[in-house]
Amino acid sequence: MTVTRRDFVRGGVAAFSLGFAAPRFLCDLALAQGAGSRNLVVIYLSGGNDSLSMLAPYTDPFYASRRPTLAVPAGQVLQIGTDSSGIALGLHPRLTGLRTIFNQGQLALIQRTGYQNSSRSHFQGTDIWSTASPNSTQGPGWLGRYLDSIPAPVDPLAAWNTAGQTPHSLQANLVSVPAIPSPSRYAFMSATGVDGPNERAFATRIASHVPVNRPHLAFVNSTAQAAFATLDRVSSVSTYAPSVQYPNNGFALALRAVAGVLSRGIGTRVFWVQTGGYDTHAGQNTLDGTYATLMATLNDGLIAFYNDLRNQGLLSQTLILQFSEFGRRIQENGSFGTDHGAASVMMAIGGQVRGGIYGSAPSLGPDPQNPTLENNGNDVRHQTDFRSVYAKVIDGWLGADSTKILAGDFRGGAPDIL
Amino acid sequence: MASDDPLIQHVLRRAGFGASAAEVEYYSQRGLSRTINELVDFTQIADDVDAKIGTPGYTGTTSNGPFSPSTVINDARQRWLFRMVHSRRPLQEKMALFWHNHFATAYSKVAGNTFSIDATRMMAAKPSEHPAQLRGQLELFRDFALGSFRDLLVEVARDPAMIVWLDGRTNIRTRPQENFAREIMELFTMGVGHFTEADVYAGARVFTGWNLQRVGAVRDYANGYYRFQYNANQHDTAAKEFSFPIYRDGSQTIPARSAAAGMQDGIDFIDALARHPETARRLARRLWSFFVSELRPPEDLVVNRLANIYLQSGYNMAEVVRTLLFSREFLAATSYFSRYAWPVEFVARALKEVGSRGFSLASALNPLLNMGQQLFEPPDVNGWDLGQSWFSTGAMLARMNFAATLTSNQRNNIAQAARGQAPTPEALLSFYLDKLTPAKYDRGAYDDLIGYLQAGQTWTGADAQLAIKAPGLLHLIIGSSEYQFI
Repeated sequence: MTVTRRDFVRGGVAAFSLGFAAPRFLCDLALAQGAGSRNLVVIYLSGGNDSLSMLAPYTDPFYASRRPTLAVPAGQVLQIGTDSSGIALGLHPRLTGLRTIFNQGQLALIQRTGYQNSSRSHFQGTDIWSTASPNSTQGPGWLGRYLDSIPAPVDPLAAWNTAGQTPHSLQANLVSVPAIPSPSRYAFMSATGVDGPNERAFATRIASHVPVNRPHLAFVNSTAQAAFATLDRVSSVSTYAPSVQYPNNGFALALRAVAGVLSRGIGTRVFWVQTGGYDTHAGQNTLDGTYATLMATLNDGLIAFYNDLRNQGLLSQTLILQFSEFGRRIQENGSFGTDHGAASVMMAIGGQVRGGIYGSAPSLGPDPQNPTLENNGNDVRHQTDFRSVYAKVIDGWLGADSTKILAGDFRGGAPDIL
Repeated sequence: MASDDPLIQHVLRRAGFGASAAEVEYYSQRGLSRTINELVDFTQIADDVDAKIGTPGYTGTTSNGPFSPSTVINDARQRWLFRMVHSRRPLQEKMALFWHNHFATAYSKVAGNTFSIDATRMMAAKPSEHPAQLRGQLELFRDFALGSFRDLLVEVARDPAMIVWLDGRTNIRTRPQENFAREIMELFTMGVGHFTEADVYAGARVFTGWNLQRVGAVRDYANGYYRFQYNANQHDTAAKEFSFPIYRDGSQTIPARSAAAGMQDGIDFIDALARHPETARRLARRLWSFFVSELRPPEDLVVNRLANIYLQSGYNMAEVVRTLLFSREFLAATSYFSRYAWPVEFVARALKEVGSRGFSLASALNPLLNMGQQLFEPPDVNGWDLGQSWFSTGAMLARMNFAATLTSNQRNNIAQAARGQAPTPEALLSFYLDKLTPAKYDRGAYDDLIGYLQAGQTWTGADAQLAIKAPGLLHLIIGSSEYQFI
């Protein structure tokens, strides 16, 4: 991350405040803008996912030789067939739920996604994936730019961030995305009890002003406004009773909240969910330790979410898109872990996803001339530009114009996942 | 209220955590220059704050069992918050917070690799509380709060919590570990764009063998502990080449050395990083946005001035910060309220300005988590996302709700203080605006605060009315945008 991101200023605060819908119109607006339409759930695996352990080219002889303690053995992968170049691939053994989804034709695995001159920095890498702009990572994120493209007035619950802080991807010029890690804690408390209604009414009024010539104050006011405007609808989600049991961890509970929002149909169409721990420099323990736990969390949360949506007939209007800021080094390090690498795997799941394996796996031979690798044969080279996947989602799912939102035409080479 | 109070209050919000009425009076009498010098030269003031924990008249703490901030992380969090509220050396705590964010290390990973008692010690132990004088990372930051940045870098590279955090324990000759080498260049010193990937690989080899040693049995938590150890057997002795000068003569290569002498590699490397002009400039920019303004970037002139003082003073942070605090840019009224308050700053200031007798710091821990800042738990090695990033809707609600929790807890003190100050709603509001020092309200917001006081019943200023309206008013002020800036 750079100083510029910290100094990032939302230019359109005044426009936002004026274009912001008054609460009494919100239900109509939500219906018009979102309810019943397609929604996107973006899942960020934070830290740099070791995709060679998630989707293993288990017959490549260099896979085992370069990863003596980390390779998933052929006998243990969940086989899912071969890719376009005939390389056999298998999912991590803990991804049984994902294999079920794969077998139902609703999981797309896009291999070797990334970009040229991949950054090995978490912060720069995340900024690049967030802004879809490898050269200049200032300004709003790609999802933020999509939200900015919705005609005003914009429903303040158009997007829902389940993490505590707003990720760069969701930073927008005109829209302040609410952060709602827990619907039940998203409430306004009173200092006095008896005078609570007046406290809330006047706090709402105070936040409604646009202080003259003080955009930073106006920005904080706009955040408070968005909070007040969304309190009641969010509280309706806190009583959601899902159709399946979700695991009791942050990732699964965030997905449970998303299912609640979709089930209640309150209008949100972009969701952000993240789960961390992927920076496995040491003690990665693919099969029975750290990485296995990561895969278990991912799998168990996703399959619960998938089944919950399926039971309610919501799968066909939902698209789940997973990414991470980079993949990891092919050769395992002396700490039984892996250092920062380059290209990784993206996943898409949903009722309208054309499932399958996209792209071709890297060949892992440590030859500096190996065209599927970079960094002297140490890291996986990208084959599919991640922005072409974004373009597919923007054009083919959200119904917006990817060339405008991504400031360039990345439609060529986009995998046909939808 | 004395005429220079607003300036003193500005200085104390930035170089400290705000000020109680008594502190405003104390520093106002000393005047601006003596105030700044006393804040910077804090070693002249007794470090007596910890002795006040648990005594009447101060903010309270709550723990399961005896209060043990060197071994229980939530107690360590409460002790640090207590220091922010009550220390007579506020700039020392402020700089400790700056370094905690700069060298961001998270307790959870350290605990996951050791044990909660070991990890709390590594994060926060006070030497006087440990038989072997073990010093946790926070105490390191306090000791070097305004010391030599170069010396601080050396200490951080040897710091047990940092070594666990960035996987130094597995950095061995045959398989160098890049994590620390990357971050010391990217985040702790020069910044991205001033080094190459090859520098990262070479830097990893520099620190091979910088490891920890366990003293005592692994599960002997009473007597055992971790300390730094240079493991010569695991050091890569070959020469290391870099893309930038390592030595003053411009040489870019750390020479091959015997394993026994190999620790000097790391010292040479740190010297080079401390001396690098981009380190000087990056520190200057970070100090600018921490102390002066997040709303406007520093002019090159200012960055260069601070960078020069840093380099000419031998990396002396006291002189850099002193220059900053005496600068025209910092003291200008346009710099007032131009910094987004971090959650811990927001909480400590509210406790100072509202009062906190009978309030336990344990009740601030969950609210701080919801505001996005748990001490000793930065989200990653880059620290917290600052500025506007603090203000998600959930975090803003958490701030408003902390205001409700505090003012509800203090409602009797608040109502009592307001007695005789409230012949009119305007008089009561004016009384509290002096105490709380929010940024100026525009007319509309001001009228709404008055409107709240008048809502529901005719204003009498009677005790029963004050008992409700005074805490309600403070809730609204502390929860308003105007209070989220320091």
